[in-house]
Amino acid sequence: MVKLDINGQVHALDVDPETPLLWVLRDKLGMMGTKYGCGIAQCGACSVHIDGAVTRSCSLPVSAVSGKVVTIEGLSPDSRHPVQVAWLAHQVPQCGYCQSGQIMAAAALLAEKPQPTDADIDAAMTNICRCGTYGRIRAAIHDAAASKA
Amino acid sequence: MAQITLNRRGFLVSAAAGGLSVGWSLPGTAQTAGGQAAASAEARALGIWVVIHPDDSTTIRIAKSEMGQGTLTGLAQLVADELDADWGKVRTEYVAPELNQSSKRAWGDMSTGGSRGIRTSVEYVRQGGAAARAMLIQAAAARWGAVPADCTAADSAVTHSASGRTLRYGELANEASRLPVPAMVALKDPAQWKLIGKGVPRLDTADKLNGAQVFAIDVKLPDMLHAAIAQCPVFGGKLGQYDAAAVQAMPGVRHVLAVGDNAVAVVADGWWQARTALEKLAVTWDEGPNANISSAMIADRLREGLTAHDAAVGHRIGDVHTAMQGAVKRVEGVYGTPFLNHATLEPMNCTALVTEHGVEVWVGTQNGDATLAAAAEAADVPLAQVKVNKLILGGGFGRRGFQDFTRQAVLIAKQVPGRPVKMIWSREEDMQHGYYRPVTQCRLEGGLDGQGNLTALHMRLSGQSILASIAPSRMENGLDKLAFQGLLEDEFGYMAIPNLLIDHAVRNTHVPVGFWRGVNHNQNAIYLECFIDELAHAAGRDPLEFRRALMTKNPKNLAVLDAAAAKAGWGTPTAPGVYRGLCQNHGFGSYTAAVAEVSVSDAGVLKLHRIVAASDMGYAVNPDQIDAQVAGSFVYGLSAVLYSENTLERGRIVEGNFDSYEVMRLAEMPKVETVLVPSGGFWGGVGEPTIAVAAPAVLNAIFAATGKRVRSLPLKGQDLRQA
Ligand code: FES
Ligand code: FES
Repeated sequence: MVKLDINGQVHALDVDPETPLLWVLRDKLGMMGTKYGCGIAQCGACSVHIDGAVTRSCSLPVSAVSGKVVTIEGLSPDSRHPVQVAWLAHQVPQCGYCQSGQIMAAAALLAEKPQPTDADIDAAMTNICRCGTYGRIRAAIHDAAASKA
Repeated sequence: MAQITLNRRGFLVSAAAGGLSVGWSLPGTAQTAGGQAAASAEARALGIWVVIHPDDSTTIRIAKSEMGQGTLTGLAQLVADELDADWGKVRTEYVAPELNQSSKRAWGDMSTGGSRGIRTSVEYVRQGGAAARAMLIQAAAARWGAVPADCTAADSAVTHSASGRTLRYGELANEASRLPVPAMVALKDPAQWKLIGKGVPRLDTADKLNGAQVFAIDVKLPDMLHAAIAQCPVFGGKLGQYDAAAVQAMPGVRHVLAVGDNAVAVVADGWWQARTALEKLAVTWDEGPNANISSAMIADRLREGLTAHDAAVGHRIGDVHTAMQGAVKRVEGVYGTPFLNHATLEPMNCTALVTEHGVEVWVGTQNGDATLAAAAEAADVPLAQVKVNKLILGGGFGRRGFQDFTRQAVLIAKQVPGRPVKMIWSREEDMQHGYYRPVTQCRLEGGLDGQGNLTALHMRLSGQSILASIAPSRMENGLDKLAFQGLLEDEFGYMAIPNLLIDHAVRNTHVPVGFWRGVNHNQNAIYLECFIDELAHAAGRDPLEFRRALMTKNPKNLAVLDAAAAKAGWGTPTAPGVYRGLCQNHGFGSYTAAVAEVSVSDAGVLKLHRIVAASDMGYAVNPDQIDAQVAGSFVYGLSAVLYSENTLERGRIVEGNFDSYEVMRLAEMPKVETVLVPSGGFWGGVGEPTIAVAAPAVLNAIFAATGKRVRSLPLKGQDLRQA
């Protein structure tokens, strides 16, 4: 049995402890907002928060999860997290597949650095977007920071 | 979280003589493309494109596929404008491929590629909106005992001009749906457009912000199993032996199955279990005759093609050979670009259910019609026994026009009848089993006269032909016209060159090739536009002025080049250490040009500062989405310039994941400025045209910065320190 606190709910799960958190979320719990893109911690599509820190869930065995997990589904009850609001205003998503991960990465960045510089954004936002939404992601993060200031 | 359920669709269609009968009702179960709420029971279809609900909300049917390019929103804008619908009430739904099939393709070609999403369907979808509007006006006029000409429509309501009486579309839909659909209705004049040309927000954003958007990989069905697949690593090879017994007892594993003649799959309760077992599975492959082929061998073959005699001529003006002999100065350059995988962020996947009644698939596809046919063939059932559930695509870029993964999912599900199976390719499988952008080389030779004018240009392409590989019937006497994208008379921007020869030596390989965003424009624009820069340099002329002299017969190309140059401040000083490069191209119906600004440090580190992109697509349907496509296409194109490359060893692709097939990240993103100069009178594409100008503009700027001419891509690993 593995115990997981996900979006404020505690789950006791009978899974192979080696299973990456990503596949527990998706196939065991049916939470499909967290995506598979590479499986080797390269793309960030699988990003979740663990005790507030952004973590690539594809490369983390579920047995190694020791904190509270927040997924894209749990970021905000009404999709009004400042990052989501800014994302909507800037019309960031194209295909949208990377965007759960991008939003989770941006939310963690802003929690740590409420007024990030461009260099902070460069360093924190390493998720891949094949549709190429990077310019709007940067603008939206600055906007989200300004709205919280 | 949206749960997709079986038998969720219940279109009632009666294919009456001459097309679909009007007035069929639409139960609230249609495919919703944007994840929006489904229709209510009393909704009424007016023709085949528009459904009006009692509350005035309007469903617009979309036959093309949304893969991020914004087609869903753009097409809805076209229909809603002609319909005079209140945009706030517009939603969309996908047309089901089986419905298109059973109605003799009433919704046209579902294939979505070649930046054709809008430009090839613009007339008939606008007709659909205009016809529905005419029906609503006629219904209102009948109620009032007025003549339709005295009524006007706006914001989803009809008004009688003289009396000021008004009826909402929702109040009229029932009566309107009983009227015949007018065959041909006059379309609005561009001056009357209200939605076309406006940067309205996309209709599919909300669910992409909170994880609710259901991609094919997210489909959940009762009793669903999961499959991981391994295909013969050498293209053209076959599946040999595998030791199923050794993994059969692993946790969650249900089946170990052959898939066609070249792949094996493990089916398990969860995908991770399937993948883990597949990695443990001992498989031998019958690698076939291509098991020795390497990138170096392919490069040698292409190099031979650069001077071979068997080239197909695509474009000829005057007499290049005589003119070249008379040239005062001759310049030569040999260029090359590698195979490239599409690497959509959502890997290939498909869910299939095979029962005694037929087959149903859930998939992200760029071609619903072809998916239907592929599923039928793989399941060996008639087309009428297939259902295709189209999901929003997690990227397409040309890859999801192919049906290989759908076929595989059906072949797996056929062996597990009655249970849906979701097959997901690992990233490595996706990287090593693509339909790659073809590998090509190009030898260019130019002749200058004593005044530095270009008098002769010979461009010899050598490399793989997409059409020869996937559509040999479209070859014309050994000529693949598609290989000449941007270089034939209808697109070539330098028609004033007096002597021109562009030919192609087809040199195919065993590697599958396909349409990669921008297709052959990508490499052709690099070859031509970088070499034109080489010629300008050799002639001692400014690259813009040199081009302008060759573009006197191409005013539209020139206007766009001038627009980019003006916006970028071509000829004005740059910040210290920053250098500019420029280029132009014409493809997918649109004229494009770019100016890049870069710097290269003493250590050879490249920084992209800014790219100005100008484009003339005739009519700009949604400027905000065009801006997004321009920036996005640059990221895709510049990833290829900077990093991406697929190489071959022992007949197989070497790169497996994003650690070896690197792509651009946010930190490298230059500032992109979009200049739209739509000149009207035509509908050009948007998703692909600008990708072609990103690379040559940057490469020309690198030359300006360093004096180094990069002729083979990617830049990764090349020494960019000043020459
Ligand atoms: S799927 Fe986890 S980083 Fe790519
Ligand atoms: S929006 Fe498509 S991968 Fe980022």
